[in-house]
Amino acid sequence: MNISLSVASQARINFLLTFLLLFSLLLFSSTTLAKEASSKQSSPVHEYKLDNGMKILVKQDKRAPVAVIQVWYKIGTSYEHEGITGLSHALEHMMFKGTKKHKSGEFEKMVSAIGARNNAFTSQDYTAYYEVLANDKLETALEIEADRMRNLIFDPEEFKKEINVVKEERRWRTDDKPTSLMREQFNAVAFLNSPYRAPVIGWMVDLEGMKLDDAKAWYKKWYTPNNATLVVVGDVNPDEVYAMAKKYFGVYKSNPLPEVKARTEVEQKGVRNIILKLPAKLASLRMGFKTPGMISAKQGKVPQWEPYALEVLANILDGGDSARFAKNLIRGKSIAAGAGAGYYGYGRLPNMLVITGTPAKDVETGKLKKALLDEIEVLKTELVSEKELKRVKAQVIAGEVYERDSIEHMATLLGSLESVGLGHQYMDEYVPGVLAVTAQQIQDVAKKYLIDEHLTIAELVPQPLNKKVKEGAAK
Amino acid sequence: MKSFKVILVIFTLFLSQLVAAAPKIENWVTDSGLRVYFVHVPELPMLDLRLTFAGGSAYDGDKPGLSGMVTSMLSKGAAGLNADQIAEAFESVGAELSSGSARDMAWISLRTLTLDEQLKSALASWQKIVEKPDFPEEDFARLKKQALVGLQAEKQNPGSIASKAFYKNLYGDHPYASPQNGTEESVKAMTLADVKSFYNQYFVNKNGLLSIVGAISKDQAKEIADRVSKALLSNGRGQGEKAVPIPEVKPLQAAKEIRIPFPSTQAHVMMGQPGDKRGDKDYFSLYLGNHNLGGSGFTSRLMKEVRVKRGLSYSVYSYFIPMREKGPFMVGLQTKLSQTDEAIKVARDVLKKFQKEGPSEEDLKASKMNIIGGFPLRTASNDDIIGYLAMIGFYNLPLNYLDKFTENVNKVTRDEVVDAFKRRVHLDKMLTVIVGGKPKDADTDTNEATKTAAEKNVTPAKAKK
Repeated sequence: MNISLSVASQARINFLLTFLLLFSLLLFSSTTLAKEASSKQSSPVHEYKLDNGMKILVKQDKRAPVAVIQVWYKIGTSYEHEGITGLSHALEHMMFKGTKKHKSGEFEKMVSAIGARNNAFTSQDYTAYYEVLANDKLETALEIEADRMRNLIFDPEEFKKEINVVKEERRWRTDDKPTSLMREQFNAVAFLNSPYRAPVIGWMVDLEGMKLDDAKAWYKKWYTPNNATLVVVGDVNPDEVYAMAKKYFGVYKSNPLPEVKARTEVEQKGVRNIILKLPAKLASLRMGFKTPGMISAKQGKVPQWEPYALEVLANILDGGDSARFAKNLIRGKSIAAGAGAGYYGYGRLPNMLVITGTPAKDVETGKLKKALLDEIEVLKTELVSEKELKRVKAQVIAGEVYERDSIEHMATLLGSLESVGLGHQYMDEYVPGVLAVTAQQIQDVAKKYLIDEHLTIAELVPQPLNKKVKEGAAK
Repeated sequence: MKSFKVILVIFTLFLSQLVAAAPKIENWVTDSGLRVYFVHVPELPMLDLRLTFAGGSAYDGDKPGLSGMVTSMLSKGAAGLNADQIAEAFESVGAELSSGSARDMAWISLRTLTLDEQLKSALASWQKIVEKPDFPEEDFARLKKQALVGLQAEKQNPGSIASKAFYKNLYGDHPYASPQNGTEESVKAMTLADVKSFYNQYFVNKNGLLSIVGAISKDQAKEIADRVSKALLSNGRGQGEKAVPIPEVKPLQAAKEIRIPFPSTQAHVMMGQPGDKRGDKDYFSLYLGNHNLGGSGFTSRLMKEVRVKRGLSYSVYSYFIPMREKGPFMVGLQTKLSQTDEAIKVARDVLKKFQKEGPSEEDLKASKMNIIGGFPLRTASNDDIIGYLAMIGFYNLPLNYLDKFTENVNKVTRDEVVDAFKRRVHLDKMLTVIVGGKPKDADTDTNEATKTAAEKNVTPAKAKK
């Protein structure tokens, strides 16, 4: 439980900004708003850089005497290759197994003694470690994180046990969950050569073949200050955080990083369909259209507005109970028990706009598939209404405020944006970007990207639960 | 002397921090009889409201799933607006409406911005939901079908199967045994009249509690509370009545093991018995002891023995879930089928040793440091605060519950923990639920195979590879 894994499903990042005031005025033209909101603006992000290349981002939130610290490494499944999938995540587990200074188990005791909650997560593009604690205990956490950045020991006995824990984690997360298994195989089919085809937890056979030396080499290559970002959010003094960071992380030298190959996904030439037959009770659908990401716009490969239009498009389909899927498919025609859409636009590499669905009782999967695709067709032929656009924009503005309620969430946004190469400044661009989206632009991206040549469809066909019991995957 | 001084200084520092950390709770009762708990948090321009009623699944009676159905129906029609219009009304101003139900309670929540227009609009819509729910026939028919799909989803999830079997066997004929999402029979038999009568009986002022957290003044909070509480009088409900008390939970009489075959790679294991109540005299002793046993993640005994030392499970834990009456005490883990017996044995041994010896003084100190040092995290967000308000109010805990929390944790002694675990945990009367592995007879689906066994005679899982 202490070690977790977010399988990179930051589908929609609903954001924060300093633009609340301006854009609320535009949307609601309320005059009382100005005074009220101006005093509630989000505090700025303080940015520092150590001589060794490590970046430090600090954001103040003085509501409670607490802070969250996160150390982010630009390393995850998308840096791995076939045969070593899951290595970044397995290494994350080993990061709790002791350093030259603090032996295995001691670290947890220290963290516990300062009242901190700690954890770590690995995704396709990054690995992060964090502590949430009382603000006067910050230094202890920094010391621990700095220590394990370079001084990890790799004990063979610990590795042997821990890799078994990772396999249990895989069984629990994926192997015994029909929809998780479907998602895993769906990604592997949708992407031919992009590293996003591999599961973050790794294929079981790769976990079985994983060696201690693999983890060791991976650590040596990627866990270096010039590949890391420290994020601190809470009731802290930014300059003091910088001074402490310098004291603990400043002692390390910068190290050359391996070259990261492009691995740009080859062009798809037609619809890909897969069927999964699994012991299950419910049929299920997963469909994905390859789309550019926010990163594509940043690199000048697509117009700046396109990713924002895709983001709004996903919210038109599934941005709450008044969105089209809920209104037309779950209620309306009553053919879906559940339906969702999410734009995976915040990675280091382009990903997909993903649509999922579970048929309502006694409804054929094919019928739901058609209805979902029909909704996509409507986006191409009819402009979305002003009312719908206004609703999405109102939610984005409110979402920005609600998100500030959690300092952990705030820190995670900063760290992930920085680690995928978008930069934390992107937080300020997000809301204006969304608010500028027009109905025509939504139709344009629908016509351009939501087409057969970008589409992969996976269908889960339930098999009886009592037919056979699978043998455990481990030998 | 010197060290004493240091301790004193630390203690004083600590106390000053606590004063800053615990939010100031104000409470009152409206003229229409609704209890209100309020915390003013000015920093973010947002407001949270949560209306809670003693009307969870424990009150479903012979209609399991009814409470959940009532809360699902609330957003489907009110004051002449249909489900589309209601969703639109909230979402067009960025507000979030939610509702739900647990065993003790049912609730309706609102999160909104406090900017004038949005606040006014969101409150007006929320009031409609509370005042005039329409419970439309067509939506009811659809939600019943959805509920049946939900029950199918439970059947393909070994964790859900285990949890359902655990509650069923732990509570027997007690209302806590009632499956929160109902059964196929109960869902099919449910009528709109059932829904309406449940709503009119339980969603009333005298059975309710309104928690308010956010950037509004106390005057504004009073005004909102008055509006909500007046709205609750509608439909001839008047002030209503408090729900009748939930009966006492009887202890298990013998050890019991339930095995449910399932085509999974792992076995899901849950072991336990009735635990403690909110406001229980042993609450802090059990909470503190369990922190060391299986509640603190990596530093806990269960995690060390089952995961760290042996690599048997990704997650392993124990906890008490205090409720109005005794909620469960539970130990849980998942492990590949061939390791099921070993993992269960290790977990049982840890529990046995802990119950016999209790935590060491050092363990106890470490747990106290973690709980006390981490106290400010408990109320760091509006979301955290409203959770505590609803809990303190619903269970009638003292208003200074949070102010006294660290003090109450700190004063628990080792002897008290040992004593509480001896009196409250009975190793010879544990319930064990194991989901996973081959059925005895290939023709049976996932039907339960029940058997009663003495703790030491528990037979191993069959999947041996």
